Formats: sequence, structure tokens, C-alpha cells
Amino acid sequence: MASVRRSLRIARPAEEVWARIGDPADLPSWFPGIVDAQVDGSTRVITTGIGIPMPEEILTNDALARRFQYRLTAPIVASHLGTIDVFDLGDGTSLVAYATDATPDPVALIIGGACGNALHELRRQLEAPAPAAAPNGGEA
Amino acid sequence: MGRKILFVTTDQQRYDTLGCNGGTLARTPVVDALAAQGIRYERAVPQSVVCMPSRSTMLTGQHPSTHGVWMNGVPLPVDAPSVAARLHDHGYRTALVGKAHFEPFMDPFGRFTENRLSGSGSPTADNPWADGRIGPHRGFDHLEFATHGAAGMLHYARWLQQHHPEAIGMFYRTIDAAFNVNAEGGGASGAPQVHDNPIPRDWYHTDWVADRTIAWLDSLAVEDDWFCWMSFPDPHHPWDPPASELHRVDPAEVPLPAGYPSDRAERERLLDAKPRHWRQWYDGDLVANYEAPKEWVPATLTDAQVREVNARNAVECELIDEALGRVLQAVAARGWTDDVDVIFTTDHGELQGDFGLLFKGPYHVDGLMRLPLVWRPAPSAAATPAVVTHPVGLVDLAPTFCEIAGIEPASWMEGQALPADDGDAATRGFERVLTEWDSELFGVAVHLRTITRDGWVCTAYQPGYVHDGTEGELYDLADDPLQRVNRWGDPAVAGIQRDLLADLWDHQPAMRSPRPDVEAPV
Repeated sequence: MASVRRSLRIARPAEEVWARIGDPADLPSWFPGIVDAQVDGSTRVITTGIGIPMPEEILTNDALARRFQYRLTAPIVASHLGTIDVFDLGDGTSLVAYATDATPDPVALIIGGACGNALHELRRQLEAPAPAAAPNGGEA
Repeated sequence: MGRKILFVTTDQQRYDTLGCNGGTLARTPVVDALAAQGIRYERAVPQSVVCMPSRSTMLTGQHPSTHGVWMNGVPLPVDAPSVAARLHDHGYRTALVGKAHFEPFMDPFGRFTENRLSGSGSPTADNPWADGRIGPHRGFDHLEFATHGAAGMLHYARWLQQHHPEAIGMFYRTIDAAFNVNAEGGGASGAPQVHDNPIPRDWYHTDWVADRTIAWLDSLAVEDDWFCWMSFPDPHHPWDPPASELHRVDPAEVPLPAGYPSDRAERERLLDAKPRHWRQWYDGDLVANYEAPKEWVPATLTDAQVREVNARNAVECELIDEALGRVLQAVAARGWTDDVDVIFTTDHGELQGDFGLLFKGPYHVDGLMRLPLVWRPAPSAAATPAVVTHPVGLVDLAPTFCEIAGIEPASWMEGQALPADDGDAATRGFERVLTEWDSELFGVAVHLRTITRDGWVCTAYQPGYVHDGTEGELYDLADDPLQRVNRWGDPAVAGIQRDLLADLWDHQPAMRSPRPDVEAPV
């Protein structure tokens, strides 16, 4: 089994970051290469950008610990555990760590690489300036 | 109308595989003729000995630290500069046909543009890119991609699926069930990545790349200026050329390479004189990089396997030479020959039996570091044929393309236009070439920095998984052309070592910050 971890700091409060990560159906909005996610209880089926469906089992969705864990059950892996932790850094910013443990080893790097890229996209979205309000109260 | 540029690259080809460089196995009359008419470089050195960093250097004119692709699997940042874009912006039609590999191949998420493009087809006025533009991507108007077989989502694979689906299973399976580089052996010797491929020659990717290049050239107006990067995936492993062509080189007639000590004790003595990761890989105790088959132990390599690998490699080199000949005929048929510069090179070499090893890795010796490089200037430029012995780098290609096009090299380019001869090289200060290696694979980190200068190759090892930062390699290329005697730490050459190291660190480019992540194995 190989373990790949990516992490970065996001200049937004932990609860705001967690609101995105803790919503399993929201994944396609911040994970490049995942175009759909269907959630049914503890099961989620994602579809990749080339049309491959991959079933997952949601193991942990703990808003107090701000930890999300899931297991890919697709044949691409013999075993897999994905873990996303959001840490409150106490200054209005957060540290997000996304760990991928998988067998076979190269698959951990394939998935872990995509997860790292997803963190960058999540940060880009969360740190983007909010649209300025127009004088009439609408959006500029 | 200006000069047009045909930039021809192969993948993982040794210097000594060309007739003009003294090679005797493969017949390469087309490249040999270009060398006789133009400039042949005897010490062309890559800035990385693996594909993605080296190809990114060709495109950007920058060292790996600068463009950020420090190892295979690191995608070239989307904001990286491109000499193709610079040529495009100066009115050149631009194309890349064949292997690009600026972005990882292993991409089940379809995140990388290169892997998605075949699904959107080649852009035309009737069928533009998804965003409505007719190119360019990374500066190319036209892109058609291929790699070493029929797997994946690239244009060649889709072409086979559409026109010759029965050929899909004919190629060697480059990746095994565990997603590692396959160690399975084949042929008569059982050598890894050797395979008997029944595919007809005209369906094989070498001829496909030439066919698609000709098709693009035929689409141009005669007065167009153009830059065409024709990028053959061979002779990179797997060694599975069309079986119909294997008769060209009989493995039984292949002499063992000079770099391959057939006596096991001698091999191991040579390896033991080098930094420890050499012997550790040989014994199967350490695989430092993804490119080497994880399940293959180099100590099991036999004389017959070395002969068979070299024979098949030579067949692939011959097919490339013939494919290039067809393209040059097409160029001539358009009446362009006098105005076309041809540059032929590769991204890095192949160990191909040297020291009892195959493939590539953190080993900065001639098998991987001495590259074929030939520049045949446009005959209209009336250049004098020459042989250049000063060291030059692939980092010098991008400014060379600019010089050919009559435009200023961009400020972000770190090399300079290739010298026309040794006098020109001396005048313009072609003294040193730098090469980098950084790999970090599941806890195993290897970091090398190398300088080629004054007839020496000096490699400093930085702290990593098996090195403490004191190790190194120092070879006298004149007295020790096979790099068998490591002079690192030899008091007799301590001054040379000190001088080379000072020069190495003085000219070291800074690593791009933040350093991009590895996003896939390759």
C-alpha cells in the first residue's frame, strides 16, 4: 500500500471550508476530473471526466472533527481509503489535508495527484473575491 | 516568406545509434545525409534524462527547475512559456504530431488537455476547439498525439480503434495489472519489454506519425511559414516493432555493446565504484523511479537479452529514418526544400546494456546523457557543414528556432541559439551544460545536479534516501569514454572537481516556487 498526502492552507474559516467538503454531492464543483456525484445514503457514485463511473462507500462524515473519509470500491483499486481533514488554524484560515492510501501503489499517486489538484481548485474558489454589490442591490 | 522548421524528435535514442555518429547496427542514411550537409553535435546533453522534463525544456527553452516539470508525472504548468506560441505569434503555422508528453498519460479523470484532445478531434474551421477557437494549445495550431502503443486516449489509439481495432491487442502491454511498468519478457531471449508485434508496418505509430505530418504539411499554402514538431515515440521501450521488419537486424549478429561488460564480476566491480544506488538497483534492492520496471532485476540480464534489445532498437531506428525520408520527399514535392531547416534529436538516451542495465534512471552517464543532434540549416542559408564538439543542450533549441525564424529569442529562454561550428561556440561561450534529476517516489528521494564542461562530467548527489550529500561522480570523457572510472574524491583531480562544482552551483537555476506536485506516475 502506498500513501500520498497533499495539503494546503486556505485563507477562509474552517467551517466555510468544511461546508464544501462535508457535502458529498458537491464534489464535482471543486474536483477537476469528476463531473458527477450521486449520493444515496452512505454510497456515492462519481463519474470521471472520461465517463468512468466509480462507486464509493462513505465511511466518515464528521462535522465536529471536520473529517471526511471514503473508500473507492471500483476495480481500479485493490484497496483504498481517502481522508480529508480540515484544521482550524485559529486565525480565520484553515489547513486542509487530503490523504490517499491505496493498493496498488501507482494508483495512490494517480488518485492522490488528482486530489492535490482538487485542493488547489477548492482554494481558488474559496479565496476568489466575492462579486461586488451593484448600487441597486443586485450583482455587478 | 521565411525559413520553415521541421523539428524531428525521437524518444530515448542513444547517440551511437546513428551511422553519422559511428553506429553500425541501424542504417540511417537519411539522418546521415542531413548531418553531412549540416551541423552534427558531438556533445548534446539533455537537461533531464526522462521524458516530461526534457520535452518541456525543448518547448520552453528552460531548465526543469525553471519550467517546474522536475520529474515525469509533473504537468507542465498551463502558464509555462512556449516557443511554438512565439513562432505562432510571428505568423508561423505550428503543429506537433506524435508524442508530446507535457502532461501525464495516466489520467482516468480526463484532467489533462492532451488526453482530452483526441475526443474533440483536430481543430478546423468546421470543427474548432471546444472553446470555439482554432488553436492554439501551448502555441500549436494543430496537435495529433501518439505514444508507444494503442492504449490510452490519444489520436493514434483512437485511429487504431476506428480503423484497425484488431491491432489494439497486438502491442506489448506497457503497464502491468498493478499499474507498474511491465517487466514481462518476450522475444527469443525473454528480455523485458521485448515483444513480437504482428502489426502491419503501415499501421505502426512510426509510419502514422509520418503520414499525419505529411497530411498537415499538405494542408498548408505554399507561401506559409511553418514549424512542425514531428515526434516519434520510438525507439523508447517497449521494443515491439512490426514483426515483419525484424529480419533487418539478426540478434545473433549483434556485437555486445562496448558499455556492457559481459563478465558479471567486472560489471559488479564497476557498479560498486559508483554511488550505492547503482548497485542497489542492479540487485533489485532499490527502484528509485517509476520508469524502471519494478519487478525486473537488472542482475538477471543476459548477453542474449542485450543483443535482442539492441537489435530491435536498431530496427526501430531504421523505421524512423525511412519515415523521415518520406516526409522530406513530401517537403520536396511542395518545393520547400531550400527553405526548410531540419533539426533531429531526442529527449534522452537509453542505457541499453551499459553497466548491465536497461531503461533509464538517476544515472548521468553517456548512455542517457549523450544525445544525437543534427541541424541541417535551410540550403538557402548556405551554411558550411561542421562538427561541433563544444557541449550544447536541449535548452538551446528554442532560441535556435527563433533565430531560424528571424525573431529575437524571448527573455524567458535560458539557452542560446546552437553554434554553427566550434569557433562560433567558443566565441559565444558554449562552455557548460547542466542536467538535473529529482525523483521522489513513495519515500525514495534521489537528487542529482550535473555539469558537463571541459571534457568532464561531474555529478553532485544531494541528500536523499540513500545519499548523504557527500557522494558524486566525476568522469574524464576523453580518457574514460565509457565512464568506468569514477574520479570523485581522487586527489589527483581535486582541483578539477572543486572548479566544476563551483561552476555547477554558480549556474544552478532556482527551483520554481511553489514547486509543482507530481500528479501521476507518468
